[in-house]
Amino acid sequence: MRTFLVQLLREVRSIFYTPVAYVVMAMFAALMGFNFQTAFTVLNQQPSDVTIIETTFVNVIFIFVFAITTSLITMRAFSEEFRMGTIEMLTTAPVTDWQVVLAKFFGALLFYIVLFVPTVAFFAIFHYVSGGAPVAKSVEAIGSTYLILILIGMLFISIGIFASVLVRDQVNAAVISISVTIVYLWLPLMLARLLNMTDPRVTAATEFVSPIAHLSDFTKGLVDSRRIVWYVSVTTVFLVLTHHVFHSRKLKS
Amino acid sequence: MIEVKQLTKKYGSFTAVKDISFSVAKGEIVGFLGPNGAGKSTTMKILTGFLPPSSGSASIAGFDVFNDSLRARSRIGYLPENTPLYTDMRVGEYLRYRAALKGVAMGKVRDAVSDVLAQCQIADREKQIIGSLSKGYRQRVGLADALVHDPDLLILDEPTIGLDPNQIRTVRELIKSLAEKRTVLISTHILPEVEMMCSRVIVIHRGQIRASDTAANLMKNHRSVGELSLEAKAPAQDASEALSKIAGVKDVSSEAAGEWTSFTLRLDANATPGEEILKLAAERQWPVRELHQKRATLEDVFAELTMSDH
Repeated sequence: MRTFLVQLLREVRSIFYTPVAYVVMAMFAALMGFNFQTAFTVLNQQPSDVTIIETTFVNVIFIFVFAITTSLITMRAFSEEFRMGTIEMLTTAPVTDWQVVLAKFFGALLFYIVLFVPTVAFFAIFHYVSGGAPVAKSVEAIGSTYLILILIGMLFISIGIFASVLVRDQVNAAVISISVTIVYLWLPLMLARLLNMTDPRVTAATEFVSPIAHLSDFTKGLVDSRRIVWYVSVTTVFLVLTHHVFHSRKLKS
Repeated sequence: MIEVKQLTKKYGSFTAVKDISFSVAKGEIVGFLGPNGAGKSTTMKILTGFLPPSSGSASIAGFDVFNDSLRARSRIGYLPENTPLYTDMRVGEYLRYRAALKGVAMGKVRDAVSDVLAQCQIADREKQIIGSLSKGYRQRVGLADALVHDPDLLILDEPTIGLDPNQIRTVRELIKSLAEKRTVLISTHILPEVEMMCSRVIVIHRGQIRASDTAANLMKNHRSVGELSLEAKAPAQDASEALSKIAGVKDVSSEAAGEWTSFTLRLDANATPGEEILKLAAERQWPVRELHQKRATLEDVFAELTMSDH
């Protein structure tokens, strides 16, 4: 456990040591601010039963920002170690492959969570300025919103980490993970549209995998445990794959 | 400390290391010699648990490097070729991270790091970013890293490559001082270094061990040894004939240089005919101003063991 924590600390540091981290944080904060402002304007135009937290997170801009951000956080994870040769220093120390994989995963996840801290301020300010207007349908809905954000983040980060263990170049890693995450985000909706939107089986299938549908539910405060199981298990699959590829690449290098 | 048994490593159809066995006892300093691509680095990578062997086994302090890898690894201080380091970290910070990672107790990390900083003479660079250090300093940071958890065994893969002569000397002195209470396996191309530091030499070529002995023994037993030069005032023809009759002398060539003649004698292995020659010269009353038998250098031994194609 201590070895894992030591390595986790190193991963978090290595993210914060790159200029990319600060660019990502600034861009994310700016885009989210813009996003929030748009959501705010929309709500101001007419009476509506959606809340500000829904309009902020369930929209196209946010989904794109989301995919790109997680890819930028994770692209260096393994590719940089292989490119620089530091993987040799790392793996000849008494650490297990799982400790390395999990440290990289949780390191990226921590940074990802830090990205969302400013958005809490958006809603606090909204609440204060509007003289107590509800931010979400219930206080719990705020919690469930951040829960689904973390769950989707976990999945995307595990995809990004997996992409970075596959290639030696971080740009390639980013391209792979951006492509995969964007396809994953849009494919369910595109398929539904191409096939037959009204067929209940298609709807059920897309709802089962589509993060956009899940975001829409959770921001309303609808916590569905099937979604939690889905994200945790798919994340686990990608981490297991990462571990396997890491292990076999180590053997080959 | 190191026990290697019938170790083989294949990369696809290429065999990098072929059925090698050797052992290194506690306290030995062993030089690992061989041309590029001989299998030195591969062997070291297997010993440090970075690569798995294709067959055979290796153990460190009794722990199998593959099946009991974590325990074996925690006993090794390893300096890989080219010293890869996290260039975005500061020296002290990097070493504290490595110490903690290698299991140095929390309360002792600071002391362990300041010890190795002093030992490797980089205490003044503690706050510097590794990426801005020169090659020599990086090498020392790598060494400090290898030492920080006070391992019993040091495995150093070409620690002096790419350094200038002064840096080489510093690093060599450092390694020598470290070796006092540790076992060291060191690979290098710089042969005088091996002669100066190592208690034993293992020569590896094309994935196989060609020799394993002390440097002195290797040189003594070197086959192609045997050239003796003599400068004397003597009639070239007569003297050549007389000299070639001495036991151990294969043939003699001569060259006149003014009134002196210089003779070059090729000798059989292990022949030391110097005494006989002087006796002969005294008998015939040839004044002698030079008599010198060339000793084989480690370089000759290395060349013979590794140039041959079989």
